[in-house]
Amino acid sequence: MSIGIVSAAYIAAAVLFILSLGGLSGQESAKRAVWYGITGMALAVVATVFGPGMGNYLILLVMVAAGAFAGQFVAKRVEMTEMPQLVAALHSFVGLAAVFIGFNAHIELGRVLAMSPEQKEALDGFAGVLAHKDSVEQAILKVEVFLGVFIGAVTFTGSVIAFGKLAGKVTSKATKLPGGHMLNAAAAALSLLLLVLYVNGAGFWALGLMTLLAFFIGYHLIMGIGGADMPVVVSMLNSYSGWAASAIGFTLGNDLLIVTGALVGSSGAILSYIMCKAMNRSFVSVILGGFGNTTGPAMEVEGEQVAIDADGVAAALEDADSVIIVPGYGMAVAQAQQNVAELTRRLRAKGKEVRFAIHPVAGRLPGHMNVLLAEAKVPYDIVLEMDEINEDFPDTDVVIVIGSNDIVNPAAQEDPNSPIAGMPVLEVWKAKQVFVSKRGQGTGYSGIENPLFYKENTRMFYGDAKASLGELLNRVE
Amino acid sequence: MKIGTPKEFSVGENRVAMTPESALQLQKLGYECLLERGAGANAGFADSAYEAAGVTLVDGAEALWAQADIVAKVQPPSAEEAGWLTEGKLLISFFWPAANEALMKEAADKGASVIAMDMVPRISRAQKMDALSSMANIAGYRAVIEAGNNFGRFFTGQVTAAGKVPPAKVLIVGAGVAGLAAIGTATSLGAITYAFDVRPEVAEQVESMGAEFVYLDFEEEQADGASSGGYASVSSPEFREAQLAKFRELAPEMDIVITTALIPNREAPELWTPDMVAAMKRGSVIVDLAAERGGNCKLTVKDEKIVTENGVTIVGYTDFPSRMAAQASSLYATNIRHMMTDLTPEKNGTVDHNMEDDVIRGATIAHKHDVTWPPPPPKTKAIAAQKPKEKAPELTPEEKRAREVAAFKAQTRFQVTLLAVGAALMLLVGAFAPASFMSHFIVFALACFVGFQVIWNVSHSLHTPLMAVTNAISGIIILGALLQIGSGSWLVVLLSAISVLIASINIVGGFLVTRRMLAMFQKS
Repeated sequence: MSIGIVSAAYIAAAVLFILSLGGLSGQESAKRAVWYGITGMALAVVATVFGPGMGNYLILLVMVAAGAFAGQFVAKRVEMTEMPQLVAALHSFVGLAAVFIGFNAHIELGRVLAMSPEQKEALDGFAGVLAHKDSVEQAILKVEVFLGVFIGAVTFTGSVIAFGKLAGKVTSKATKLPGGHMLNAAAAALSLLLLVLYVNGAGFWALGLMTLLAFFIGYHLIMGIGGADMPVVVSMLNSYSGWAASAIGFTLGNDLLIVTGALVGSSGAILSYIMCKAMNRSFVSVILGGFGNTTGPAMEVEGEQVAIDADGVAAALEDADSVIIVPGYGMAVAQAQQNVAELTRRLRAKGKEVRFAIHPVAGRLPGHMNVLLAEAKVPYDIVLEMDEINEDFPDTDVVIVIGSNDIVNPAAQEDPNSPIAGMPVLEVWKAKQVFVSKRGQGTGYSGIENPLFYKENTRMFYGDAKASLGELLNRVE
Repeated sequence: MKIGTPKEFSVGENRVAMTPESALQLQKLGYECLLERGAGANAGFADSAYEAAGVTLVDGAEALWAQADIVAKVQPPSAEEAGWLTEGKLLISFFWPAANEALMKEAADKGASVIAMDMVPRISRAQKMDALSSMANIAGYRAVIEAGNNFGRFFTGQVTAAGKVPPAKVLIVGAGVAGLAAIGTATSLGAITYAFDVRPEVAEQVESMGAEFVYLDFEEEQADGASSGGYASVSSPEFREAQLAKFRELAPEMDIVITTALIPNREAPELWTPDMVAAMKRGSVIVDLAAERGGNCKLTVKDEKIVTENGVTIVGYTDFPSRMAAQASSLYATNIRHMMTDLTPEKNGTVDHNMEDDVIRGATIAHKHDVTWPPPPPKTKAIAAQKPKEKAPELTPEEKRAREVAAFKAQTRFQVTLLAVGAALMLLVGAFAPASFMSHFIVFALACFVGFQVIWNVSHSLHTPLMAVTNAISGIIILGALLQIGSGSWLVVLLSAISVLIASINIVGGFLVTRRMLAMFQKS
């Protein structure tokens, strides 16, 4: 295949990728959109493989086959509650690949530069491209390699830590080494210094040392961020993996990589922005870890938490006409989505209006709750976003809060001194009655007291979400 | 312990404090239930129904009072009944302690405990035993029905072949529980309903029931109901004047007026003066729910229905709940049952008279030889104090327009600044970078732009599939590895082979998991 045909295939692939992302605007068109993505990817890979400058087909075939097998195995086996981990793991692969490809570019450049002019003429493929670069272009190439490796390395360790935290293998608490963000800043400054040295002729040691520093930054940055901020972290890493691909695209002079990387990068950036907005926090404060500083003592919470048993909840549901369920990370942890869905089906069969209210940062991944509910066959048209449903709470008879805490905390609106003041929250307390399914009387991840639990129309339904909903199901026939 | 309900002594009282249904619930609490034979007859509950519910029937009131440890009834005890109170017995009934101090003293002297259902504090937790509210609800409903019974026309407006019927206009004065119930009944019958209350914060409730709230042109800060436990308090003379003026204006138009205005422990305020009655149309009806306390209209005769000279019917009945005895009994019995639930936290059939509990303390008027009335103020306030709402001043169309223009201009400025800064940066890069870099840079900038435009449209519920798909397509990095795998250096081949492997996992895994997820999204 000539360069011309390969380029044409790349254009087609780029268009298909854009269509694929655009198609995600609706549930039905999304099903078609995935096929656009798959076709685009197949086109790009096939065109590259049969394009100029290729070799070692046997290794290539084995590797693609092995990768494809592993990929489909993981995709089939993964539980929907484990989606955040899977996404983080996949990000780390992109980061690692970017690091390797960057190293390769460095090695190739050294190899090509050592050749005589006649040998250079005979080269094709990536080495051929390198051979035709003048000294300014080589300097730029070095910057590109350096950036690609840096972003890739941060993405790699960052994603590995994010994976560990999401999978519960690493503590989800925010932990920092002494020195905190100064360490990160120092590592970044040192990397910048190494960049200057590298461009001015320093050898592989500069690149390698920087990679280690970037690994450290990725590790330390994500270790310092707590569990509830994971949606931002995961979308941020998504964005980084895109920028890494884009930087590699610059290194290799490959426009399709640049385009795709930029698409993914901007997608992740927008997701991070949406998540931060939903928590009323700036991106910087999330990344630097910990909740914002409070400006004064928190409001005293008066009253007591009143418990209720399954009989009481069942009786209230029996009398209710409209019910809103607010799921959170606790539902995912307890794997309670099937019971929630069954409860929804039974209540709907009795002619009651049942809807779901999803806060943008519920769960550990953007849109996590939607996927879990979809898995349990809850129809997507009764699953609503915060902005769509927030005004309906005053007319609702019963709200069931399952495993969420901060996203239903009235302190965000009532207490200007609260660490989460100003964060948009679901106004569940305006409903006639609220039941909170919760493991015990804790304050949850953020350590912020939740006045909702003390309100007069709130009853606490203690216990593991799956078990207590199961008990409730026995009473709602 | 045994809980017993006698037949009501007072003439015209049809209610009964225990129903077969409430008896079942009381037995679940561990109590044994007794009933005087025939006590439920007037309310429509047969003795056999009680027996089927496991209630023991007792002949005669005295025997019942002797056997039962707890006596639940509706009306305050008569002198004879009070004589049957003994040490340790618990009486639960309406009591009106302010009016029956001697009776209360007698009960306390005998060592009996008395819980007055009319003294249950008005806090959310106690709503389920608030018998005044449940009776007021019935009274409000029945008031509209009585009015309709005495009103010669339809409530709803109709256009029929036989002519046009205008809808009735109903004014409800006082939007408490009874008032709100009356509003609901009148609107559901099709009348045009107006409502008035001195507490401005109830306007929202009134409007939610479908009536129009009558606002006064009055400057003075109106008293907030929160300070008085949700009940109305006395208003200033100026306010009263403004209020009466408004009523005078409304009187000729109204077909039905239902007054429910009561202030705790006071005579009912006069709100509907004789000149307003005179101004009303012939055939109009007034139902005065405050008749018991002298009436909101001074022409009202307690317990009677009268017709004035100009043909206005004034209904002054005070026994509306008793006129709907079956409904009233089942609600009242439920209130009693909830009270017993709170008195029996262990569900073991014995009373734990916890005087630390706000609700129980508030309702208890005699306990252990002491008169415990009036109670201290409850620890929990009835209603949270209303914060004064700052209303944004209504904008004139010009102001709105100006604001829109300003917002548009600000947005334009922002975008132009952004574009200018972007262009300057591009020029800076372009001035130094070689042409081959710039051609890629154009592609990069455009791709970012397209990405931002496209991603904003992605539906929130599909954010997880979006991440999986972007994951898969960021596996495009495989191209880089593919381009390098043909290299002559073994190290390059090794590194790119690993890259190809992990990028393939990414691509295949990402796409397949996205498909799996999307297939799960189903419409109902």
